[in-house]
Amino acid sequence: MLGFLARLGATTISSFQRLGRGTFFLARVLTGLHSLLPRPGLVIAQVYSIGVLSLVIIVVSGIFVGAVLALQGYNTLVNFGAEDALGVLVALSLLRELGPVVTALLFAGRAGSALTAEIGLMKTTEQLSGMEMMAVDPLRRVIAPRLLAGFVSMPLLAAMFSFLGIMGAYVVGVGALGLDGGAYWSQMQDAVDFRDDVMNGVIKSLVFGFVASWIAVFEGYDCVPTSEGVSSATTRTVVHTSLAVLGLDFVLTAVMFG
Amino acid sequence: MDSGASSPDILVDISDLHFHRGGRPIFRGVDVRIPKGTVTAIMGPSGTGKTTLLRLIGGQLRPHRGVVRFAGQDVHALGHGALYRLRRSMGMLFQTGALFTHLSVFENVAFPLREHTQLPEPLLRDLVLMKLEAVGLRGARDMMPGELSGGMGRRVALARAIALDPDMIMYDEPFTGQDPISMGALVKLIRTLNDALGLTSVIVSHDVAETARIADLIYVISDGRVVDSGTPQALMESKSEWVRQFMHGLPDGPVPFHYPGPELVSDLLERR
Repeated sequence: MLGFLARLGATTISSFQRLGRGTFFLARVLTGLHSLLPRPGLVIAQVYSIGVLSLVIIVVSGIFVGAVLALQGYNTLVNFGAEDALGVLVALSLLRELGPVVTALLFAGRAGSALTAEIGLMKTTEQLSGMEMMAVDPLRRVIAPRLLAGFVSMPLLAAMFSFLGIMGAYVVGVGALGLDGGAYWSQMQDAVDFRDDVMNGVIKSLVFGFVASWIAVFEGYDCVPTSEGVSSATTRTVVHTSLAVLGLDFVLTAVMFG
Repeated sequence: MDSGASSPDILVDISDLHFHRGGRPIFRGVDVRIPKGTVTAIMGPSGTGKTTLLRLIGGQLRPHRGVVRFAGQDVHALGHGALYRLRRSMGMLFQTGALFTHLSVFENVAFPLREHTQLPEPLLRDLVLMKLEAVGLRGARDMMPGELSGGMGRRVALARAIALDPDMIMYDEPFTGQDPISMGALVKLIRTLNDALGLTSVIVSHDVAETARIADLIYVISDGRVVDSGTPQALMESKSEWVRQFMHGLPDGPVPFHYPGPELVSDLLERR
């Protein structure tokens, strides 16, 4: 029992220490963000690496999630004679929840893990130390562009996911199940509010983008510089990001729609 | 800015340096003075904190007590901006080379120039080619780090370290894992660059023969302290039995072969 309490205490202290280190790290990165102003190319290159190269998984997932929503939604709605409301169901589900959340989870697996591994390997091979000794601050040169690129990319990827989800549902609902196309779009247009639904979704994806990128770059920068350390850090990125996104989603949903 | 009390001939002045990691003392009052224009070696057995000493000089680690002065400035009293400005006067060759794996040889050497200067591309190209020529790898400019041998990688890293024309270069175990030809090339390069460019070189190594060939001054560190210092010849004839054992690579002497532990018989007979 005492051993269990000791382990629990040690884990708690260690978690808070990590949180503290992560917060200081973030503060140092944010104070160096201004150095990116004259060098937008650094951020654009990372937007390509983090955002554009994640498009395939986002596009495919978006289409399939929309298609499945249409199938499941239609089967339920048709029992109440409300199948014309399929467009509303799909749009609200994607814009409010699935777009930001699933994109963030996919982002953690595709881009977050890659960011952590890249930065961790740079640390392991002393590239970050080398940069410091060349009087180049790695927090400004390596970390800041990646953090900013993740923050910028996430809402764009979430928008792409939601758009393709709605289109995927249209193809299944209107194309395959025979719904009226006019009803699909007009009901969606009536029910979806720009500020309450679209903007709240955008805010969610901005928050998720910031948190997911922060976790990914911090885990890479803070990892133990060994192959095992990089491996553990990469795993932690995916696990912590997923938990943080799901937890934050509940909080944000409660604030926005509760 | 702290002007310090160092002699103008001393580029790096370390006094009463204490540093510990995880409760384990690494340095317990180290004093080292590195004169300008010399090749100074910091030697000692593995695990004595030689690389840590370079990181303390470069301001990447903070000492728990003591002062490190570079060109009269207290390295650890400087703010972020001043420390980074000071580092432009230092080059460092890491044991791994620390080349950027996504950049070609040319771009690796150009990196510090692109970061710190606004040189027009033709001038930058000429400078990079001159640095690569100095290490004999101008012809390898388009290769990627993954295509280079270990020795070539270190020479590229050396070209990058001298890109900003620093006052001092620190070499972290430059001879480890080198074949005889690469080793010979590196030994010659370190001495030649030091004399031709008017540098000050600090070599951290435990390769006695190679280091003694080019060093003007050697500090031998063990157990957190400087145990002896002087010219290579003086250390070969040191009065300290330990230093003589280290410098001549003798298998037996004051350094025990066995790590301290219980007696073998009692260990073997111990009941599980």
